[in-house]
Amino acid sequence: MKIDSGDTAWVLVAAALVLFMTPGLAFFYGGMVRSKNVLGMLMQNFFALGIVSVLWAVVGYSLAFGGTGGWIGNLDFVGLRDAATTYAPGFSGLTVPPLAFMSYQMMFAIITPALITGAIADRMRFSAWVWFIGLWAVLVYSPVAHWVFSPSGWLFKRGALDFAGGTVVHINAGVAALAIVLVLGKRRGWPKHPMPPHSLPLTLIGTGILWFGWFGFNAGSALGANGLAAQALLNTHLAAAAGMIGWLVLEKLRGGHATTLGAASGAVAGLVAITPCAGFVGGLAPLAIGVVAGGLCFLAVSMKFRFGYDDSLDVIGVHLVGGILGSLLLGFFADQSVNAAGRDGVFFGGGWELMGEQLLAVGVTLVFSFAVTWLICVVLKAVLPGGLRVTEDDEEVGLDLTQHSEVGYAMDRS
Amino acid sequence: MKLVTGIIKPFRLDDVKEALKTLGVQGMTVSDVQGFGRQRGHTEVYRGAEYEVDFVPKVRVEVLADDSDADAVAQTIIDAARTGKIGDGKVWMTTVDAVVRVRTGEAGSDAL
Repeated sequence: MKIDSGDTAWVLVAAALVLFMTPGLAFFYGGMVRSKNVLGMLMQNFFALGIVSVLWAVVGYSLAFGGTGGWIGNLDFVGLRDAATTYAPGFSGLTVPPLAFMSYQMMFAIITPALITGAIADRMRFSAWVWFIGLWAVLVYSPVAHWVFSPSGWLFKRGALDFAGGTVVHINAGVAALAIVLVLGKRRGWPKHPMPPHSLPLTLIGTGILWFGWFGFNAGSALGANGLAAQALLNTHLAAAAGMIGWLVLEKLRGGHATTLGAASGAVAGLVAITPCAGFVGGLAPLAIGVVAGGLCFLAVSMKFRFGYDDSLDVIGVHLVGGILGSLLLGFFADQSVNAAGRDGVFFGGGWELMGEQLLAVGVTLVFSFAVTWLICVVLKAVLPGGLRVTEDDEEVGLDLTQHSEVGYAMDRS
Repeated sequence: MKLVTGIIKPFRLDDVKEALKTLGVQGMTVSDVQGFGRQRGHTEVYRGAEYEVDFVPKVRVEVLADDSDADAVAQTIIDAARTGKIGDGKVWMTTVDAVVRVRTGEAGSDAL
């Protein structure tokens, strides 16, 4: 091991930044639900910090990064055995301690299933969510992370590029959101009964935290304090900015107002799309990727009304669509002069070869994640005594009181 | 004894309160309410999805007055609340059978 103190400091800070994204996501979503469900939403996210961290240390890290198999890791690091002294296979060149890498990856494992909470807002039993997120983190996240992030993974070996989690995080969580809402069903009264956000200020605070934390997510994925990290940080920021503009322009052109929720959503769409690209593109590519993502996700969030699935807070419209878009745009914009470990896309003389790998990685993630998530949901629905959903009465009263015996806002009690 | 009730625009409340004080009114009750009249509601848009909001926020002002003062009280509220635009609200008057001041037990006009 040749540990570099600068690299180590940056990766440790980046881990903390990515950790902070999960509370940020909680507020981003929490503001968008009705006030009777705000704690339910915050809790589903905060609890991800609890259960996924434990599972990651016990088994998740080993299944994602242990061993040299193509399809799944192994049990070498179970219970953190040898995890402090041994690099995951393929990562022996790292200049940060193995545990810094393990901890950093843990934060990704936490926020990925937390993204799904936006789709299931207002109607899932908390204990069903606990079962779901535990199973999903182990059965879905770890294998996909292995395929794409581990140098032994079969998609990694084929040459698919994913800098910080376009497939592993956003497509994975986005298509899982589709599978779970198909089993879970719609909120009572949706889409006839209005369910507007109860606190957009909370949503904007959450957006700010996400944007801030995303620097750790993307620039941290350089796994060093270097030029590549700087490139990824700038790309991340520019894509968020362009994403906001792309969303707001379309919103305005469609005869509406420039909304605060639109600004927040557009920025997040840009951040999602740049995630796979952050360390593989340069120049003004992030502006193009961001503005297209903002515009496309604005159009995509209305799909749910056409097809009738209740993706309550648009996990599919933003994370699935944005993740696919970013992963495929990388096939055009990838530029090996930015990162020697990357490849050239269509616009940089690399032909369509990379695009083929990107399409494969996207397609495989879609199929695998959808199928396993659907299976987990169907099984849980059958075996859990209370099923997946709260009762109709409890849904009417709200998750805060029925699931947690608390209320989010007690301002009228003195 | 009359109860004068006004439904007014929230931002007119301060003016109505000052005008009633100037008139010599000793007390009033104010509550936040929502509803619709000819103004109807409004439309809100979240991520492109439009919601019709039928009820708009208003303030209800209630003032107890002697029969002889009631018309002046009502007119004061009307003048102070008026903006001339749709949604200014309504004022009405109802007859009150009895009023008692809780602390002293005074009744009728003495309780105002």
